[in-house]
Amino acid sequence: MADSEASTANSNLALAREKRSSRNRDQLSLQSMIIPGILFILIFTFIPLYGVIIAFKDYNIVTGIQGIFSSEWVGLANFKEFISDINFWNMLRNTLGINLLGLCITFPVTILFALFLNELTFPRFKKLTQTITYLPHFISWSIFGGLIINILSPSNGVLNYLLVNFGILSEPIHFLAEKDYFWMLAVLTNLVKELGWGAILYLAAIASIDQEMYEAAYMDGASRFRRIWHITLPAITGTIVILLVFSISNILNSGFDQFFVLQNPLNIDASEVIDTYVYKVGLREFRMEYATAVGLMKTVIALFLLYLANFIAKKITGKGIF
Amino acid sequence: MVKDHSWPNRLFNMFNVFIMACLIVLTLYPFWYSVIGSFNDGLDYAKGGVYLWIRQFTWDNYSALFSDTALVKSFVVTLSRTVIGTVTHVLFTALFAYAFSRRNLKFKRLYSTLGLMSMYLSGGLIPYFILINALGLYNNFLVFIIPTLFSFWNVILFHSYFAELPEALIESAKIDGAGEYTIFFRIILSLSKPVIAAISLFTAVGHWNAYYDAMIFTQGDSLQTVQLYILKLIQSTEAALLLANMSGSLGAAQGSVTTTTLQLAAMVAASLPIVLVYPFVQKFFIKGMLIGSVKG
Repeated sequence: MADSEASTANSNLALAREKRSSRNRDQLSLQSMIIPGILFILIFTFIPLYGVIIAFKDYNIVTGIQGIFSSEWVGLANFKEFISDINFWNMLRNTLGINLLGLCITFPVTILFALFLNELTFPRFKKLTQTITYLPHFISWSIFGGLIINILSPSNGVLNYLLVNFGILSEPIHFLAEKDYFWMLAVLTNLVKELGWGAILYLAAIASIDQEMYEAAYMDGASRFRRIWHITLPAITGTIVILLVFSISNILNSGFDQFFVLQNPLNIDASEVIDTYVYKVGLREFRMEYATAVGLMKTVIALFLLYLANFIAKKITGKGIF
Repeated sequence: MVKDHSWPNRLFNMFNVFIMACLIVLTLYPFWYSVIGSFNDGLDYAKGGVYLWIRQFTWDNYSALFSDTALVKSFVVTLSRTVIGTVTHVLFTALFAYAFSRRNLKFKRLYSTLGLMSMYLSGGLIPYFILINALGLYNNFLVFIIPTLFSFWNVILFHSYFAELPEALIESAKIDGAGEYTIFFRIILSLSKPVIAAISLFTAVGHWNAYYDAMIFTQGDSLQTVQLYILKLIQSTEAALLLANMSGSLGAAQGSVTTTTLQLAAMVAASLPIVLVYPFVQKFFIKGMLIGSVKG
């Protein structure tokens, strides 16, 4: 009796021990899946983060990664130089101007597009429209920009041909050489490229609205516009606020590719933005500490904008992202 | 859906269809415009007026383009980085995400904090450039693969999918003696085809369209990507140089290939893979986007 009890106790113990060791083995496996990813983050995110200190140093490219530590401190000299740079205000104006203009146009147009697309009553045509308008999002700016450069060409571009033949212009304009047109061109070409894709989250939000609400509103005699205004729009307000906050925080961040491709010496006054400037100063002129200072300033302003946008969104609608 | 046959409603429908049709034309026309241009004789094209249909058909632009070894090489580089980069990224990221989605993982909070920080923080271009140099990745094919191996954004996508899978599945595999790696490779991967498809597609498009890393981290033609090739073709006198170098080839001999038609042919050739595959895979893109929006 006592013997058998002892043996069950023993085997229970053995079972528990085995279970624990298998649990340990599993934990080891899991950790071995995680650690490479964490190492990746430490190397590719946190080391560059530390490297930001060269913005406050006199960094020499020849010194490589050791130079980050060994270079001499110069305080805020790089920042002071940037603010007194003759390009500074121009660049800040372009970056903020193009992106604010873009936000004011792209944001409402995308919402309108989603609303209109949702109202299409022919499912196949709706699907076709979606498929086609999503496509340019997946084409790179190097190609899409090339297409635009060709379309706008003064010698054989189709836009000038149409404008001249319909008597709107008396002679072709070299659109990309005129800095006055650049902002609008940047905004409109980006709109054509991203309109369809930008609507996708709104469409998802609209799809989750209860259809019975529309039926009921229709019974009560609400017109189509009233149904959109009183049912669809309120239902997607949350999505609108979140995307708006994200767009505002990204206002300094967007579109290196686009500007870089469409930029040329003739429109540079209107097309130089902070990102393209950092690239040129840092990697073509190799003034790395200066470029880092410019980039750091951009990040700080962007963080401030994110905070501000979120604060305002919360005040007005009660919704925010954090 | 509400069936409303009143006349303002019908008018609205007609107007809506009209607007959407205009948008379709506006979106497709740039592509059409470059396709017809790329098949048109260069000198004839330069006279202007080729807007709707090919006026003088020719293959010369394409034969001139593909006689350039730099372009052919760039296609090889782009294709290899797309295939290798996508497979390694998806495996590496999914493995992390699987472990991350297991409830008994220790230090999970720490890992998720680090991951979230990596999504929003960045040292900027220059410190990153110095790092890549220090790692010996400059002008090395691995610069296309290693820095893109992992993304916490995609971990979140995978995670929200894995979290939906029944826990009992993993438990019963454990009772049968399967370790975590066996479970991941044998069970999880085969159950996650939709999310793998979506993330693979996003990653593959990213690799196919990439030019920036090739532009700043490589030198010369040997590691140039297709998009970088096109960028150079558009931005500089590269196309003119190319034409001058090909005196022996068909197009140049006849003088019928111009920089413009050459550019158009290059853009068509480089976007063709995406345009061809796109209709079949777009539902995966949308699915992937929506997985991200719900929980991301």
